[in-house]
Amino acid sequence: MSNTLISDAPSNFDEAFLMRQAQNELLPEWFKTMQSEAWERYKNLPTPTRTSETWRFSNLKSLANLDRFEPSPFAAVENEELVAKSSRLKDVAGRFVFIDDNLAAPRYLDPELKEKGVIFTTLFDALNQHEALVKNYFMRQSPQLGSEKFEALHLALLRNGLFVYIPKGLEIDRPFVVSNWSQATGSAIFPHTHFICDENAKATLIEFQESASPDAENLVIANAHVFAENGAKPRHDIIQNWNTETLSFQLNTHNAERDVESRGIIINIGSKQARQEIHGKIFGAGSDVNLYSLNVPTKDQFVDQRTLQTHIAPNSRSNLLFKNALQDASKTIFSGLIIVEEDAQQTDAYQTNNNLLLSDKAEANSLPGLEINANDVKCSHGATSGQIDDSNIFYFLARGIPRKKAEELLVFGFLEEVIEKFAIEDVRDYIRSLVEQKFR
Amino acid sequence: MTTTPDLDLSRDDTGDFSYDVDYKYDAGIGLTEETIDYICDVKGEADWIRDFRKRALKVFKDKPQPTHWASKDLEAINFDEIRYYLATGQKATRSWDDVPEDVKKTFERLGIPEKERAYLAGVEAQFDSEASYSNMKEELSKQGVIFVGPTEGLGEHEEIFRKWFGKVIPIGDNKYSALNSATFSGGSFIYVPKGVKLKQPLQAYFRINAENFGQFERTLIIADEGAELTYMEGCTAPKFETATLHSAVVELVALKGAKIQYITVQNWSANVFNLVTKRGLAMEDAEVRWIDCNIGSRLTMKYPGVVMRGKGARGEVLSIALAHDNQHQDTGAKMVHAADNTTSNIISKSISIGKGRSTYRGVVSIPKHLKNCKNNTECDALLINTHSRTDTYPAITVRGLGNTTQHEASVSKVSAEQIFYMMQRGLNEGQAMSLAVNGFVNDLIREFPMEYSVELKRLIDLEMEDSVG
Repeated sequence: MSNTLISDAPSNFDEAFLMRQAQNELLPEWFKTMQSEAWERYKNLPTPTRTSETWRFSNLKSLANLDRFEPSPFAAVENEELVAKSSRLKDVAGRFVFIDDNLAAPRYLDPELKEKGVIFTTLFDALNQHEALVKNYFMRQSPQLGSEKFEALHLALLRNGLFVYIPKGLEIDRPFVVSNWSQATGSAIFPHTHFICDENAKATLIEFQESASPDAENLVIANAHVFAENGAKPRHDIIQNWNTETLSFQLNTHNAERDVESRGIIINIGSKQARQEIHGKIFGAGSDVNLYSLNVPTKDQFVDQRTLQTHIAPNSRSNLLFKNALQDASKTIFSGLIIVEEDAQQTDAYQTNNNLLLSDKAEANSLPGLEINANDVKCSHGATSGQIDDSNIFYFLARGIPRKKAEELLVFGFLEEVIEKFAIEDVRDYIRSLVEQKFR
Repeated sequence: MTTTPDLDLSRDDTGDFSYDVDYKYDAGIGLTEETIDYICDVKGEADWIRDFRKRALKVFKDKPQPTHWASKDLEAINFDEIRYYLATGQKATRSWDDVPEDVKKTFERLGIPEKERAYLAGVEAQFDSEASYSNMKEELSKQGVIFVGPTEGLGEHEEIFRKWFGKVIPIGDNKYSALNSATFSGGSFIYVPKGVKLKQPLQAYFRINAENFGQFERTLIIADEGAELTYMEGCTAPKFETATLHSAVVELVALKGAKIQYITVQNWSANVFNLVTKRGLAMEDAEVRWIDCNIGSRLTMKYPGVVMRGKGARGEVLSIALAHDNQHQDTGAKMVHAADNTTSNIISKSISIGKGRSTYRGVVSIPKHLKNCKNNTECDALLINTHSRTDTYPAITVRGLGNTTQHEASVSKVSAEQIFYMMQRGLNEGQAMSLAVNGFVNDLIREFPMEYSVELKRLIDLEMEDSVG
């Protein structure tokens, strides 16, 4: 196995990169340069090792020989079944369906919103039609939490993605929805999202990540960057449900200027191993950034989450709540850090990680960190690991509710705290149904 | 009653002096196999100790600095310029009158004999590499308590100490434990026999007198079944132009039902690298308790640990750190649960003043198939000035059912309302600040023995004096 690393034969990735280069000929020069540079970075950056602090407690074995996966090629895909499944939410502002990084159905965007200047298009269309706008935001921020090599690979090989821009002052209640499907066995896909809310704009983007087949082994390296200009209110949600053979990466940034209300939620249902890096950066005063996650791993699933809340400007608030309910031989890592920079006085920053261990083989790792460089701040973090409290069970038993049901109710109660953050009832119900399946 | 013994821990006055001492034994600068042979020959050590040291030297040279997670400041240590062994004499003198005049002056200024007069059970004072004075109440030796240095411990009581020596903290635990294993001299080897409960604390004092010197004391304390003891150590060094290194290894073994309480008040001068490995092993129903107070040094890296090997064992770390300008107190705790029904508790309070930086690093590990293990961790940081800094990096691993951990950390400053309230009642701002800080650490300071807690409060007052504004 390991000698494939030093083989001279071009790997799947080499071939894909050359092909991308040829296909991208008409794209702007700066973009192509970025891709070439990223490719070099990918080749030169070392694979994380046991001593890499950002990979502490992680599983590094699965990172070897990534180029056994084949980056999915440009192709016309038709799969009405998947497209139909992607119409879970009816009342939407816009909808995209990607299958293996290819557009699977015509894009839908409410014509009225288009009229008002909303851009809801593929990244490559945006590069052609709104070059200056894309250039201003594209890969401007990086989570920088250890996956730089894989981020570089994403950038070098990405060939589609979503670009959302909400113009100044526009408030949209209905959600924008994107469904990303993996389909071909052994393929590598690179879903990409740029979600920009201009000043005082408000919008919701929900990403559904799903697999067409339950046992196709896939590599997914996804990126999502949310930019909130002054006074903006973006909501960005990801419901990750790749099949349990998938190795997935999700590398996100949430960037807040002044007086922003930003929220990000990640629900993790699927993946064999999910590595997620989420960096909330607060550049402006008076902002409020909230990050939530809910994880229900079963069997030998492994969720590896690294978060960073960076307060650069004073007078802002950030809050993070990550909850894990672990069954079977599953494993989670929560490694979070709050950085309060020297000028960020009057910061309120919180971080909570709760682990509910439901099996004797489950393992929860919690690394809640703080780096505080200003004194007039309120910062705290809390981490708990434990199981259902017997006295709570007793309360149910005393009222005639059987133990099994009591446990179920307590677990769902534990999870509900994150689920209820979703504003749309249909989304909440969908997530509850996914979670319930994991407890059958 | 006499007055409270004056420990005078403030590095700004009492500790900051040095004497030209005519050292009889000097291993020169730099660390090679010859240095180790020199130390072994001077001490007349057995071959197994020589082998142990040489193995450790190799590990030390092979291991990189842990700067991938620790402070880059470690790179400022130049191992080739350090003196690894300095001593005026080999044997500790038993009576105060026999101690060389210069050394006596040093310790008199530090208040060692007063402490002894103040009925402490045994006092061992280490001056650079070797113990210069030690005494132990006759009564204790009659009970079978052994309180000696490592040379004597490993030489004359090999059957007791060799079994545990280097077992709690193996040579390769980290770069600095390897360094200590190669060069150790001085320190305390203590054995308390079955069922013996020491009512008064044993005490040691460490002092670095020479510039560019590394002090590597080695402590091994064994409390046999049902035994109990409290051990206190204090340390000082004068200010020198160049950095000085202190790298100790402290191993505690609490056998079934034993209790060990280990108290440290660290007040090195602000150019000392204090890189210490401390770990205790607690067998069935035993208890190991670290009380750790870090006020001095340039960089302290110290994470006292407890391995709870036997059922019902208990581990505890209580720590206070005070970081001033140019100081980095990188402290924490390590709790390894290795048996059912074990409980551990960590309470850490840090105060950062000026541009001082305090860091908490913790490891709590509860592996699978254990039942009923509990850990509680609380870290509170107080930031006094605008650019004071604090970090918290815990790592908690829990496997399986039936175990619970909770971790909480908070960062705060002294509130303007508190200060205002006290100033309304006639205190000046400095006094008010002092009182608030003392209040912050009060519940921990109460855990210290009386004379230490009084002294600590005074020391905090001193440190806080010009921090307002």
